This record gives sequence, structure tokens and C-alpha cells, in this order.
Amino acid sequence: MIFSAARVFVPIVMALAVGGLILLALGKDPFAYYEYVVGRGLLSWSGFQQTVIRAAPLLLIASGLIIAFRAGIWNLGVDGQFLLAAVASAALAPVLILALPSWLTIIICCGVSIAVAMAWSVVPAFLKTRYGLNEIITTLMMTFLGISLANVLVKLPLNDPDNTVPQTMTLPVPDRLGRLFDTTIHSGIIISLIAVLAVHFVMTRTAFGLKLQIVGANPRAAKHAGLNVGRLTFATFAISAGLAGLGGAVEILGVWGTMRADWNPAYGLLVIPLVFLARFHGIAVIGFTLLFAILMIGGESASRRMGVPNFYVLVLVALLLIFLALVEYLDHLSRQRKKA
Amino acid sequence: MGGLLTEAFIASLLFGAVTVGIPLLLAGLGEQISEKSGVLNIGIEGMMLMGAYGGFVAAYYTESFWLGFIAGGILGTVVASLMVLFCVLLSMNQIVIGIALTIGAEGLTALLHHFQFSRTYPRMPEVPILDIPGLQNIPVIGPAFFERHPLVYLSVLLVVFVSWMFRRTQIGLNLQAAGDKPAALDAAGVDVKLTRACAVLTTGFLAGLGGAFMANVGAGLFVPHMTHGAGFIGIVLAMLARGKPVWVLLGAALFGASLALTTALQVAGLNIPTDVVQMLPFAMVIVVLILFARHSYLPPALGLPYHRGER
Amino acid sequence: MTSVAGQTPAVSLHGITKRFPGVLANDDISLDIHAGEVHVLLGENGAGKSTLIGILAGMQQPDAGHIEIDSARVKIHSPRESLRLRIGTVFQHVLLVHSLTVIENLMLGDSWWRIHDRKAALAHFGQISELLGVDIKPDVPIGRLSLGQQQQVEIIRALWHGGKVLVLDEPTSMLTPQGVEELGAVMRRLAGQGVAIVFVTHKLREAYAFGDRISVLRQGKLVGDIARDRLGAMDENQATNEIIRLMFKGVVEEAQSPDVEIFLREGQQGHWSGSFDSSGPAAITLECVSTRAELGECALHDIGFSVMPGEVFGIAGVDGNGQKHLAEVLAGQRPVHSGRVKLRGALTAEAGVPARRLLGVRYITDERLGEGTVGDHSVATNLVIKEIGAPPFWLCGVTLWKRIFRHAREVITAHDVRTPSEHTPLARLSGGNIQKVLLAREISADASVIVFNKPTYGLDLHNTRLARERIVKAAQSGIATIVISNELDELLELSHRIGVMFAGEMSDIVDNHAGAEAEIGRLMTGAKAA
Repeated sequence: MIFSAARVFVPIVMALAVGGLILLALGKDPFAYYEYVVGRGLLSWSGFQQTVIRAAPLLLIASGLIIAFRAGIWNLGVDGQFLLAAVASAALAPVLILALPSWLTIIICCGVSIAVAMAWSVVPAFLKTRYGLNEIITTLMMTFLGISLANVLVKLPLNDPDNTVPQTMTLPVPDRLGRLFDTTIHSGIIISLIAVLAVHFVMTRTAFGLKLQIVGANPRAAKHAGLNVGRLTFATFAISAGLAGLGGAVEILGVWGTMRADWNPAYGLLVIPLVFLARFHGIAVIGFTLLFAILMIGGESASRRMGVPNFYVLVLVALLLIFLALVEYLDHLSRQRKKA
Repeated sequence: MGGLLTEAFIASLLFGAVTVGIPLLLAGLGEQISEKSGVLNIGIEGMMLMGAYGGFVAAYYTESFWLGFIAGGILGTVVASLMVLFCVLLSMNQIVIGIALTIGAEGLTALLHHFQFSRTYPRMPEVPILDIPGLQNIPVIGPAFFERHPLVYLSVLLVVFVSWMFRRTQIGLNLQAAGDKPAALDAAGVDVKLTRACAVLTTGFLAGLGGAFMANVGAGLFVPHMTHGAGFIGIVLAMLARGKPVWVLLGAALFGASLALTTALQVAGLNIPTDVVQMLPFAMVIVVLILFARHSYLPPALGLPYHRGER
Repeated sequence: MTSVAGQTPAVSLHGITKRFPGVLANDDISLDIHAGEVHVLLGENGAGKSTLIGILAGMQQPDAGHIEIDSARVKIHSPRESLRLRIGTVFQHVLLVHSLTVIENLMLGDSWWRIHDRKAALAHFGQISELLGVDIKPDVPIGRLSLGQQQQVEIIRALWHGGKVLVLDEPTSMLTPQGVEELGAVMRRLAGQGVAIVFVTHKLREAYAFGDRISVLRQGKLVGDIARDRLGAMDENQATNEIIRLMFKGVVEEAQSPDVEIFLREGQQGHWSGSFDSSGPAAITLECVSTRAELGECALHDIGFSVMPGEVFGIAGVDGNGQKHLAEVLAGQRPVHSGRVKLRGALTAEAGVPARRLLGVRYITDERLGEGTVGDHSVATNLVIKEIGAPPFWLCGVTLWKRIFRHAREVITAHDVRTPSEHTPLARLSGGNIQKVLLAREISADASVIVFNKPTYGLDLHNTRLARERIVKAAQSGIATIVISNELDELLELSHRIGVMFAGEMSDIVDNHAGAEAEIGRLMTGAKAA
């Protein structure tokens, strides 16, 4: 138990340490920075609420990635899927709300968003199933395409004519995802927590999940065992994209109510290392995502107060990934040595 | 539509195609070398970006374009050396490391840029040009192809060189074996890891060079995330080129042209929004992939680390 | 160590010891290899032969002991070093780059800064080809050569840098009987030229046929040596007895154990005479079956045969003549391009693997880790991967892990699978135990047709015997049994009839009688049915 805790925390500590050195080199005080980040993201009530709100779309994307990665599919298209789904919700909601009650609007928008995101994964899924084309490239291309497409849609056909800033029409605050109790946290977090736990259950305790794992572990064995690899691949892409799309819907319907042009928080890219760090384990993903959300919220504040721009978070993420891979490697080595 | 076939439009398009195409060409060639040896180099975008930043900073302070390019190449190699350390020597997952390096480079360059230049946003001076006498005066295509910085000509020559290297040298043979069946190469007495390491470092240099070109010649300045997928397009080019550098050149030209359409269209008097035009290259990649998917070839040992004596 | 009087050995191994996690592969092995003779390393699978070869080839380093070349102590720390010392190794699995031509593969080891010097390479190639007596065009891509020819290229490659020592690791498994004879002639020629040849095998008959000197390995130890002069004076029977004595010395019960039977049987045409009921409908029938060829694979052309319940139908042939496609077609893993597959007389349409399994067809693949199992998953999971979603282990799609683990424990006990627990990742088990798991998984009461693809490949004597027993038992209980193997002895021992595969066609089906071996050997080389 101790050992596995070390495997998890050592990369984090190392990343923070090396990151701190970079801050020093840039003339900033790392301790002050980290103290501020934790203080703002975790210890302050308003900051903590922001953290939880931020965690919602991250968790949904993460659950989509768990499914994909466990099935051996590198769905790097989550950002494109997320954005296009967000556009769909942002465009549809203000229109539907004029005729339908808010709960129905929300449900329909979520559904449409999921569908849009799924549709955006069809091409890479097809290319992989039919031609064995590496999905890293295809999904990445679809992401770039999706980001631009989302912008085009927001700036042109879906633009709110009454607004000077290019964005879609706005969903009024009372009609967005309901607040929990007395907080500013919206019910999207419930949806996302359910999603992560559901994904974990499916992957570890259902036939479908086991099939996906086998396809991911050894596609030839999967074929030998009689699994329909093509259909499972499509299903994986669809579910993974759908969850990312739900994340987009939740973010719009719960937080913004509208979508500005040139908005791309790139949550997908940032969540990928977290999923690896958690070794695709649902519960661990929740923990790491919350930690990361603290970092993001604190970091955004810090960029204004302390002059450390948000790009620093990207550097931390990369360091995290590298140290994680290193720790894995050393662990693998020590296990080899133990066997001998 | 009348403005589309004017000389001005075509000239501008060709000029832009070369400007944008050269970094794609360099990235694609570099990736091809890596992939031939069996390493899937996802971190190439990061290498380009670091090269862009380093190249810009070096050129800006030394006021020499050549030093800028070399610096860019060196920085790209530095990033590539991380890839060599983690993936070739330590056999870690090539995809995870590649993503990490790309994210890291994005963050680091943006961070450094913020602290150094975000207030001033300096620009590079005019690009020095080497004219090819006589040819430069051909109307329309002259200025685009024959009145460029020497690196452009060198890059095209590089295609010929790499092609020759693949087919007629021992290095080419070793690369092919490393990617097809590393165990055979090992049994023949050649160090597989060294071969792959050299391939990846070369990729880093070329990618960094391409990035530096983008910054110094293409844009004249550095902007965070400025490569915007050029490295990944390079990967696509390498995948579709089936091991032949000439196809990388053609692909780079095609994608370069599509990316250069914005400015060219403005010259033609058409005001299509930037975002729509930005979609074009990626849309084209998807279309090309769909059409030519069955013709893409990847070496069998791609992405798999080599362990001697593995069962 | 018996050394020829006055002659320094070309290679001398002293006290070589090599440990792997959980097993002592080489235990203090000392032997001498002399120029101009064929030195056989004989031992069952798992005896440590391949490890020893690997050390000589520079692929592994010994934990203890040293090597001398011409009485000078050396350290072989890489394949390059091994080649520099003029030790050429031909491994069991072809190590050639398929996308390159013959001559390009041979040029692989050259200094990296060189530009191709085709003339010199071609000249050298011609020289060695003539020496060996082989005829291969240098500009042919490797993928187009037969396995036997590829092996010849490997031998040329091994001798490329001036062979002093040529090591052949189980070279005959890829060859037809005629090819084996040709290989023998090549070895004779080379030995005549002064090359020291090390011939690694697990087949007693080959050891006697080709060896000038035999060293016997068992469980990592060198248990005995038959020197040149002694071997020359013995006939086959005497040599066999001596080898048995060496392998099982002192352990009388072991010497009479059934495992030894396996060892002895290699080469003797004993076959069990089980009978089967040929009155009813065939269990499985193929009619005019053809498949579509893919790059690097051999497709089927117009295959037709039937197998009765309780019959053992052997499929002989050198690897790569369509056996893989045939196995996959039988199992439902590959659709037929044209033709029909019938089970118990009824036509099965596009039946995929699950449907075939329901109809009683089982398939034990030759690639145990690559295709038959998922190495990272537990033994327990691997036992049920062909039944995912079905009762009794699944209920409405939910996995009932407790039942799966209990089942696994039962199987482990019943089949004597050596594993730390049912949760152990399958890849950690030895080859023999992995095969036990596969056999346990596939052979069940409701099976009607079982396809065994190279069932004893790479297994030691004990596990080989167990596997063969299970095949016989399956047939005895009325299951139509199809055994695909490249070991003719095995097929002759087990089968009622044997079909011979060549270039995707079944050239003929031979009844297992006295002259079968010769006939099959002839067919394996591509001759047409008599």
C-alpha cells in the first residue's frame, strides 16, 4: 500500500519541485505561488466552489478517456468533440427555452450535444476500423478542424445579433443547471461524478467493459476470442466522444449559458495526463481531477495577482507526465530485479 | 470569383505555399526518418515550437537569420534528446512521452515568451533573399520559387539527399531494418538503439529548423502556440508518403498552398473569414486520409520499443 | 571434456551459468567445440540449449563462467562482438527483414558510413552460395522466398564475415524431409572446409544422423557427452540407449517413464490404433474452400476434406503453406472467399467464432501468447475470454468475478497448472503451463470438433506427453480431432489420416500406413499426388 502511494505522489512532488525551479528562474517565488494557489483553490470557500465547478467538465472528459484508453484507443479528439458539443448546446438552449420548460431544454440539449460529439468521432473510428489508420493523427486533425469549425459557427450563423462581442445567444441564469443547496456549484458535478463511477463500474464489472479491455490489450486475441473488434471500436469512440460532449453541454448549461468565439479551454489535453496518473482507475481519477482543478483555479487567479501566466500549468502537466512515466519505469525495473 | 485567377492571386498563393510548405516539408522529412526507424515521434510539434522560439530569440539578438536557424535546430534536437532518453533508451511509452513533450514545449515557450516579449512583441527585419539569376524573372512563379531565402533551396535539395540516403547507403538500410524487424538488425551486429537515437535526433533538428523558419521567415515573430498543428501535419505527410521523400515534398506543397490561402484570397479581394480558411488544411488532411488510407504504409515495428532477447 | 588429441578447440565454454527469474537455465556447463565437426547439442525443450546459444551469439551474458576462442579468453557482450569473433548464428525464427531483398539483408552488418558496394557484395554472395551449393537470386525480396530458402539465406548471412563457427538452432522444424537432407549435405560440406558446426535439436534421430559428437543437456546441466570416435562406432540403437542412459542416469523409474517414450518415439512409427465410427455424418466437412490472400500470407485454394467424429485427422506441411488460414477457416475466425463449411452435414453460413463455438468447434492456436491469450490479464480471465457475456459467469452483462475465480481454482487443481494463483497475469507462466490453460479452456464436454495448431511446439517432454494424451482422449470421446503440425513424427503417431498442405492446396490425403512417411515427405516438397 505504501509503495503504491509513493508511485502516485512521487511524480506529483517531483513535478511541483522542478516546476518550482522554473518559477525561480523566471524570478518568481515558487512557495508563494503554490501557497496562493492552494489558498485560493482549496481553502477559500468561493475558490473551492469554483474548483468543484471546474471539475465537472474535466471529470466527464476524463471518464470518456478512461473508456478509450482502456480499450487501447487514443482518442485525442476530445477537445474538438467538447467544443462542438458546447456550440450545439449554446445555440439550441436559448431557442428552446422560449417554448419549453428548463428541465426539458437541458435534457434535449445534453442529448443533442452527445450526438454531435459522437458524430465527430465517426470519421476516425471508420478510418481505424476499416484501414487500421492510427487514430492519434486522425483524432488530432478532427480536433483542429473542430476548433475552427466551432469558431466559424459562433461567429457567423449562430452569432447573437444583439451582442457586440461575437457569441451565441445567452441562456438566462435561472434556466441553467440548478444550483446545489446554497452554493454556486451547479448540478453538473453530480452528473459528472455519476459518469465517472458508472464508467468505472462498466469497465471493471461488466462483460462490455471486459471486451473493451481485451481489445485494448491484445486485438488479435480479441478476434480469436470471437469479439467483434470493429463494432467494439466504433462503440468505444462513440461513448468516449459522447462523454466529452456531455462535458461540453454541462459547461455551457451550468456555467456560461453562452459560447464566446475563440473560446477553447483545452480541457481535454490537460486531462490526459491525469487519466494516466490515475492508471485509468475511476476513483483515483476523481481525486486527481479535483487536485488539478484546484491548480487551475488557483493558477488563473495567480496569473492576475502574481504575474505567472496560465501557461505554467501546461509545463506542470508535462512534468507530471514525464515523472509519472519515469516512476513507472523504475517500478517496472525494481520488479524485474525482485523476480530474479 | 473573377479575382481568383489573376496573376496576383496565383503569385501570392505560390509565394505563401512555399513559405508555409517549407516547415511542413522539414517536419515531414524528419518524421519520416523517425518512423522509418520505428519511432512514432508525436513530440514533433513540441520540437518545432521550441525551434521556433529558440530560433526567433537567437536571430533577434544576433541579428543573423542563419544563427537563428541553427539555434532552432539545436533546440529541436534538445527536445528530441529527451525523447531518445525516455523512449529509445528507457523504452517508455512513445505516445505518452510525445504528448508530454508537446504540452511541455507549448507551455514553456509561451511562458518564456510572456516574460520576455509580451510587452514589446518585437519583429524580425526583412528576410534576406538569394536570387537564382534568370529564373527569378519568370512571371508569377519567379518570385515565389526563385527569390527566396537559401534555406528554401536547401530544403528541396534535402529531399533529394534523403531519398538517396534511403536507397543507396548503409544508413538507409539500417533505418529500414530498425523499423521493419529490429531483431534482424541486432543479429547483424548493428546497435538498434543507436540507430533509432540518431534518427530521432535528426528529426529534432529538422523540426526545430522548420519551426525557426516559421518564426523568422514566415511570421517574422514568435507567438505562443504558433505552430498550430504543423508538426502533426508533418506526421500525416510521413504516414502517407510511404517511405518516399518526394511524396513528402508534394504533400507539403499541397498543404502549404491550402494554408496560404488566407492571404492569397485577400489579395484576390475575397474576404473569407480566417477561421474558415484555417479549417481547410485539416479538412484536406481528412479527405486525403479517407481517399488514400489504404495506401498508407507504416513499418511493422513502429511504436514498439526494442528489447534484445525478448521472448 | 573429451577433446580430440592435440587439437585446440575452436570454442571452449567453461562453467557457463545463467539464471533467469525463477529458473536456472544453464548450470555450470563446460564443453568444447572443434573445427571441422558437427557438434550436436541435444536436449528437450526447456533444457537450456537456446540460452547457451544466446550467450555464444552475444544476446545474453553469463552470470558465471567464461568463453575461450582458440584458447584466448573473450567476452561476447553483443551480437556484433560475436560476429567479429566469426561466430555465425542461425536462430530458430527467421531474422530477416521482409521488406528488403536477399542481398540487402546480407549487407546489413556493414559499417554505417558506407555507400552500397553491390559488386563486392554480389561477388561474396556468389562465393558462399557456391560453397553451400544453394541457388538463390540475390535481388528477390525476402518475403517471396520459401522458409527453407530463407533459412539458407540466414546460413549465408551467418557465414558472411568468414565463418569459423556456425550455430544452427533447431533448423529442421521449417524444412521438408528432403530439405533436412539437403541441410545435412550443406553441413557436411562446411565441416569439410573446417567450419565448426553446432547443431541444436531436441530430436534424437537427427542427433544421430548429423552429429559427429553429441552433448546431452537436461534441465540446464550437461549430463553427458558422446565423443567422436565412440559415436562413430555405434549404430543407431546403441546411440539411442546411451543417450537415454545419459539423460536419465541413475533414475531407473524415470528411464522407464512415459516421457522417455516420447523421446524414443521420435522416428519410430508407432501409432495408436484407436477406432472411430465412420458410419454417421462427418463432424466437419470443407468443400472447395478458398480464402483471400493478404500480404505475406498463404491463402487456401480449393480445399476439401471431411473428418469423422472420433477420428484424428493430421495436417502436415512446412510452415507457411496455408495451415494458418485453414485453422482459421475451421474455427470461424476467417470467412471463406468461396466454398462451403458443413458441420454434421448442415451448412454453416457466415458463422463467426461465437456461432461456431456454440456448434461445438474449438480452436487451440499455435500462437499462445500472441493470439490465444491476453498476457496482461489473469489466468482466471483467460479461461473465460471466449465466453464473455454468457452464463454462468455473466448475468445480464454483469461480471460474476467470484464464480470466475472459483472456476479458475478448480481448473488449476484439476490440470496441475503451476501458477502462484488464479490472479497471476498469464504471461508469467511457463510455456507448458500456458498450454495447459489453453487445453483446459478449449477441450470441454460439449465440443464436437477441436483444431489443434502445433500443440506441442516448444514444450518439454512432460508437457508434450500430456498434450498428446489429451488429444488422444479427445478423439476417444468421439470428438473430431484435427491436428496441424510440422513435426511429421507426431502426426504419424497420432493420426488416422494425414492431409498434406503445399502452397495453399491439400495435395493429397494419406492413410497412416507403413509407407506413409515417405509419401508425405514427397508431398511436402510440392510433388503431386501419386
